[in-house]
Amino acid sequence: MKIRQALPFASLLLLSAFSFGQGGGVSPEDLLKPLAKSWPTYNGDYTGKRYSALTAVNRQTVKNLGLAWSSQLTPGDESTPPGPGPRGRRPPVNLTVGGEGPGNMNIRSGSIKGSVLAVDGTLYVTMPDNAWAVDARDGHPLWHYFWKTKGGTHIGNRGFGMWNGYLYMETPDDYLVSLDAKTGKERWHRMIADVDQGYFATPAPIVIGNHVLVGVGNDIDSPGFLQSYDAETGELQWKFYTVPMEKSDPGADTWKTLDAARHGGAQTWITGAYDPATHLYIFGTGNPTPAYTTGGRGDLDNLFTCSLIALNVDTGKMAWYFQTSPHDMHDYDSAQTPVLFDGMFKGKMRKLVATAARNGYYFTLDRVTGEHLVTSKYGLTTNWTKGLTPAGGPQRDPGKDAIIAGSLSSPNSSGTINWEPVAFSPVTGLLYTYEADTFSLLYLTDPDPRGSMGLGGKEEVQVGSVGSYLTAIDYKTGQARWRHRFYSDHFGGGGLLATAGGLVFTGDGSGSLAAYDAANGKALWNTRIGQVSNAPQTFELDGHQYIICASGDTLWSFILH
Amino acid sequence: MPAAAAQQTRSHSPGSFNSGQVRAAEDPAIVARGKTLYGINCQACHGVDLRGGDIGGPNLLRSQAALSDQHGEMIVPIIQGARQAQGMPNIGLNNEDADAVAAYVRSVIGTIGSQGKPPGEEKALNIVVGNTDHGSAYFAAHCSTCHSATEDLKGIASRFPEPKALQARWLTGGTLIEDGPATKATVEVTTSPGQTTSGALVHVDEFLVTLRMSDGTERSYRRNGAIPRVVVHNPLQKHRDMLPTYTDENIHDVTAYLVTLK
Repeated sequence: MKIRQALPFASLLLLSAFSFGQGGGVSPEDLLKPLAKSWPTYNGDYTGKRYSALTAVNRQTVKNLGLAWSSQLTPGDESTPPGPGPRGRRPPVNLTVGGEGPGNMNIRSGSIKGSVLAVDGTLYVTMPDNAWAVDARDGHPLWHYFWKTKGGTHIGNRGFGMWNGYLYMETPDDYLVSLDAKTGKERWHRMIADVDQGYFATPAPIVIGNHVLVGVGNDIDSPGFLQSYDAETGELQWKFYTVPMEKSDPGADTWKTLDAARHGGAQTWITGAYDPATHLYIFGTGNPTPAYTTGGRGDLDNLFTCSLIALNVDTGKMAWYFQTSPHDMHDYDSAQTPVLFDGMFKGKMRKLVATAARNGYYFTLDRVTGEHLVTSKYGLTTNWTKGLTPAGGPQRDPGKDAIIAGSLSSPNSSGTINWEPVAFSPVTGLLYTYEADTFSLLYLTDPDPRGSMGLGGKEEVQVGSVGSYLTAIDYKTGQARWRHRFYSDHFGGGGLLATAGGLVFTGDGSGSLAAYDAANGKALWNTRIGQVSNAPQTFELDGHQYIICASGDTLWSFILH
Repeated sequence: MPAAAAQQTRSHSPGSFNSGQVRAAEDPAIVARGKTLYGINCQACHGVDLRGGDIGGPNLLRSQAALSDQHGEMIVPIIQGARQAQGMPNIGLNNEDADAVAAYVRSVIGTIGSQGKPPGEEKALNIVVGNTDHGSAYFAAHCSTCHSATEDLKGIASRFPEPKALQARWLTGGTLIEDGPATKATVEVTTSPGQTTSGALVHVDEFLVTLRMSDGTERSYRRNGAIPRVVVHNPLQKHRDMLPTYTDENIHDVTAYLVTLK
């Protein structure tokens, strides 16, 4: 724990006395409002726009944005100092230990790759197996929760969901854990999947009414599903499988065999968006498995992999779907958070949903019916397709599958964008996304006609990038209004934030947090804090607009000076 | 099994497809016996590699029951007839034999690679499928302005004898010689007319440029739009620019040609 302070010490003391225990958390009604002074859910609000109405930090004032504080968080059970250096003398933090693991896997490295909840002057922050409440005014930790793991892929944690005074997080070994926000004490935990079946859990739960929606990940040929738990009791309310589990299920005829469908993937590893008017929860699904070989999948679409799915949140029943990567062969998950907004389209006001998929394609749909409106290729070098399907999805070119001699495909398996949240400004009408125009040689290494397993059966050799951009897409046409080129070959950072101050914030991939003019992409401000590992966020407290983000294990906070 | 005992058997683990995941170690003698029983009773349907057989038995390595099985509680009932309605016959093994088969299945599952990669070594496959003459013609048309088969690329197939490595190397344009100067980027920074500093590029982004001058010292400049003027020379830029222009056939032909330059 290391705190750098830029505020006068006396004011910190004064503020700290009032900094905690105020307010009642986040009511389900609060979550229906547009993003304002707090940040109460993964995407700020249900729309997924990550568009803040705050304007104190704007095109004119952003040059005065500077450090308020930074705070390094140390994962683990705090039983021993975490390696060399003076960190053993950390001030004591109110620690709670939970979990069903043996306690012998104390994973001490961690990175903040999710959203921070900013509620009642407190920031709620997660890493795999770890969570903290941090004072929003000076970065000092109020409590730390550590989960003893049974294992599972520890690739990241996207943050908390919140319902009144309670928090919900997922763990890599597939538990949903509910904490008391004031104390960090555990209320209950529920097993949401079996880690032995290869499931792991990274998503931020999203709370809608009394539903806590929980997704999972898995790389080894297991069915994806989304589950809803009761926010109070933790009881399972419904479970929706994203692939057909019975012959009579919708989509079963898009798989060669039912066995293939039941092992077909379509994991639910990114939080979706919610439309209160229709009660539809709209989310994306992951790749089919095995990912790089057809095998038992057959040559059809393999529903509902790589799709946008709209579910009635009360029943868990599907209202519509749209497949953004029919019969994917490149591990192009389409799990990205979609963005909901109302906008003019061909002379009519429409209720819309948009997504910039990992496969290099952008889509605008009607969010009530799922009607397809726009498809465009925004990846400048995206080359794995030949035209569009009758439904408006990209038509896969089998010649660009993994082949024994190697096929040169773009983008590489990380995609033009991956898990990183996009942003949308209703003022500019632009969707802001990353666009990495990368190339890989894809070799088929397991030509077994039964198909391979998981993400196996191929060797991917990355051979370079011809450009990485912050790209602003016009939702009406799908065309890029502008591209701002990063100097990095990789994504700028861990996602995007748009504000009513006319700004877009993101890491720049070269060691800075940067602010760009939302209208034209011109760089207006930067601060050199290292690689930004999550999407920047903003909130208002004591009359200050804060901009926060993370680089690895360190949380950074900026205000106007 | 009590939780404490389960933890004990899991304390030293084989590798796992689920990183950080710990799977139980199995008794080698029981696994060996299970393997023999599997060969006799199961292999015809489920395949010698457990990935499914010609007569329709499913892949056991991705079976949810097999993956979850801790000590036979999932697998043994299925061997003994619990899924006859779904087409899995009663194999008629007693508890001890069925337990041994379950231990063998678990032991193979424990060898699944990262992200579900199937167990076992992959067979080496020949990736050189292109037309050498076409590759030679492509080289003459597109590569020979910078490269020559008798000069810088002489013997390249001996330097990169593995065709996959050679194919990746010529696409990316990596160094042909250790620390070869020809592949290092340089930069010129002009702060005012006539005031230009040049050197090896250390770092450049839109807010900062750092270069190393001929005397070994470094210099950094804050960038503000077009000021100062920064010009980067990257000798490998052409390789990047060409990536979107290749067909797979071009690539395979050029590789087929380059493997002849021994």
